[in-house]
Amino acid sequence: MSVGTYTFRYSTLHTQFIIDMSKHMNLTLKVWRQKNQNSEGKFVTIQANNIADDMSFLEMLDVVNEDLTRKGEDPIYFDHDCREGICGMCSLVINGRPHGPNERTTTCQLHMRSFHDGQTIVIEPWRAAAFPVLKDLAVDRSAFDRIQQAGGYINVNTGGVPDANAIPIPKRIADEAFESATCIGCGACVAACKNASAMLFVSAKVSQFALLPQGQTERYERAQAMVDQMDKEGFGNCTNTGACEAECPVGIKLTNIARLNREYFTAKIFRQEDVHA
Amino acid sequence: MLDSKVPAGPLAEKWSNHKFNLKLVNPANKRKFTIIVVGTGLAGASAAASLAELGYNVKTFCYQDSPRRAHSIAAQGGINAAKNYQNDGDSIFRLFYDTIKGGDYRAREANVYRLAENSVKIIDQCVAQGVPFAREYGGLLDNRSFGGAQVSRTFYARGQTGQQLLLGAYSALNRQIKKGKVKSYTRHEMLDLVVIDGHAKGIITRDLVTGKIEAHEGHAVLLCTGGYGNVFFLSTNAMGCNVTAAWRAHKRGAFFANPCYTQIHPTCIPVTGDHQSKLTLMSESLRNDGRVWVPKTKELAEKLRKGELGPNDIKEEDRDYFLERKYPSFGNLVPRDVASRNAKEVVDEGRGVGKTGFAVFLDFADAIKRMGEETVRAKYGNLFDMYQKITDENPYEVPMRIYPAVHYTMGGLWVDYNLMTTIPGLYCLGEANFSDHGANRLGASALMQGLSDGYFVIPYTVGDYLAGLGSFAPVDKNHPAFEETRKNDRR
Repeated sequence: MSVGTYTFRYSTLHTQFIIDMSKHMNLTLKVWRQKNQNSEGKFVTIQANNIADDMSFLEMLDVVNEDLTRKGEDPIYFDHDCREGICGMCSLVINGRPHGPNERTTTCQLHMRSFHDGQTIVIEPWRAAAFPVLKDLAVDRSAFDRIQQAGGYINVNTGGVPDANAIPIPKRIADEAFESATCIGCGACVAACKNASAMLFVSAKVSQFALLPQGQTERYERAQAMVDQMDKEGFGNCTNTGACEAECPVGIKLTNIARLNREYFTAKIFRQEDVHA
Repeated sequence: MLDSKVPAGPLAEKWSNHKFNLKLVNPANKRKFTIIVVGTGLAGASAAASLAELGYNVKTFCYQDSPRRAHSIAAQGGINAAKNYQNDGDSIFRLFYDTIKGGDYRAREANVYRLAENSVKIIDQCVAQGVPFAREYGGLLDNRSFGGAQVSRTFYARGQTGQQLLLGAYSALNRQIKKGKVKSYTRHEMLDLVVIDGHAKGIITRDLVTGKIEAHEGHAVLLCTGGYGNVFFLSTNAMGCNVTAAWRAHKRGAFFANPCYTQIHPTCIPVTGDHQSKLTLMSESLRNDGRVWVPKTKELAEKLRKGELGPNDIKEEDRDYFLERKYPSFGNLVPRDVASRNAKEVVDEGRGVGKTGFAVFLDFADAIKRMGEETVRAKYGNLFDMYQKITDENPYEVPMRIYPAVHYTMGGLWVDYNLMTTIPGLYCLGEANFSDHGANRLGASALMQGLSDGYFVIPYTVGDYLAGLGSFAPVDKNHPAFEETRKNDRR
């Protein structure tokens, strides 16, 4: 590592020199390249040189892409948007781990100081039958949308609702519902799971509404509908390995899956009328 | 001449009277109309869901892979509403007054009053959807206070209010997609607006997966596409927020108002180098306990930049707490614009710190001494963690470095009271329009405006336009304007 090297670069958009005193490193990337959904993909080795340690992982890819573009090659396609760790658009399996080596960190918030000079980094898309690769590192996660469309809502029209304070909700319950509701829908849980199960994702939404009084009327229909859609999309089942919880960038807990199972079994065993009685 | 169409009569009655005077579309006829909604953030998702509930056919477009990822999701602080749950003297008029005053009296009063009126309904709506707002031990909703207001009227869901509100609107949208009333187009970017006989009748899009350029027709087009913060080199906006939709509408004749009204947020994490793709905002609540300073002399600043000295080596008498010095009564809690301007001023004088020199210190040493590290951790722990993740510096030990960044645009496409732009049939909602925040937006008001426009304004006003069309006929897909506009985009 070239510690303390001063590199002077002139930025055309700033009006002054930016003195870059970051530590720099050279990396070997093994990147999954795939032209489109129908073509075969393969790993391609790309050299990433002079990478500053204070770059984010995606900024490192930006720099590599600028290089590729200059050489007339196709830039590496990857999904990203907010780059603040909240939109859930970024993905990437980095050295075998969804969102890379750091706990509770999305790829966009992962910085290059977590890597070292000379390291080889393997970058893959989420791998799951229900998440087909669209191009390079981007996958189609519309299955998640369809699961939400199957029942991830409370049937309420705009207007004509009671006052917000009409139903008091114990703080403990509201906080727990919030914890479940923080899922960013990135799909790391599926990528981490050897069964490519979407149970953590589905259970987070089911839990949020199962906990809240507003969600009670459709509680069991919701669990059934969302699980049915999940199965239809081709996600695997849960075998309690806990990889999803370990890799979830926002810390969605495995207890959500336990609650989903309870909701689903209750819905299956009892008739709806009995459940509501 | 621009006609704002603001109805006559006293402020408090304008919206009620206007709603009564708007033309209605019979429920059986609503299904004969198609409405295009571009953008699926708070404004877009809430509008699309509400219009579909009424019976209109809706097509939504977003460039992300799912409607849930729109940048409204990144809003942290909260959403204002004049509920007066705290019994502290809040009212619709007070929220209206604070918003107008905060915007330097440059917002349209009638719109802002309507916004304040709608604010109370938004909270009801979101709670009914299952949005998990923060609650007190008694089970009722909690409020916090925010800049520019002396009452506690901000509802919040920890530091992720935008996310929770957007997921609420997304769930309402999903319900309508399931019912077949909304057709959702993801990974689609709007390239142009199709105008026929002066009226907006469709859009041209690019499918970002296949590259295919397509035309979509509709009886009205709603732009809910956010602000233009990314015209600046760096901003806190998402990478894909590139203002194409609003710009193309402007090129097609929609007027653009107040582009200079850009909000610069004082507490962002500074730039590290020219590889930087975007900036990250930290809640300005940090200024409640942090003290802003730079060295008194350029020489000391230079040594700090070179790393010859650390911030803790600078003696107390060599530090310039410039906000406390210049604004003794407000101190570090001066309004956003004042804090931002002063930080830039000291940096321009050559007294900026950090490797690049584009930063000032935000120091918590005194707060830690006064309250103890544990209390500071309880109050700001998540922000400190985020800062450390990005900068690799421990803010409990060395002062944070902050610098102002563009994060919201008050200006936008000009709209009348019905949220219609100067192109008939083209509406503009949320941050993309210009009407509700004047020269400066108050904290926790952006979410309020997006949802007010989408849930409670457009469902009424769009009907007036559609009823006035005088025909239920579908838009002619084969009209030459579609092909012409599409061809123009291939250039």
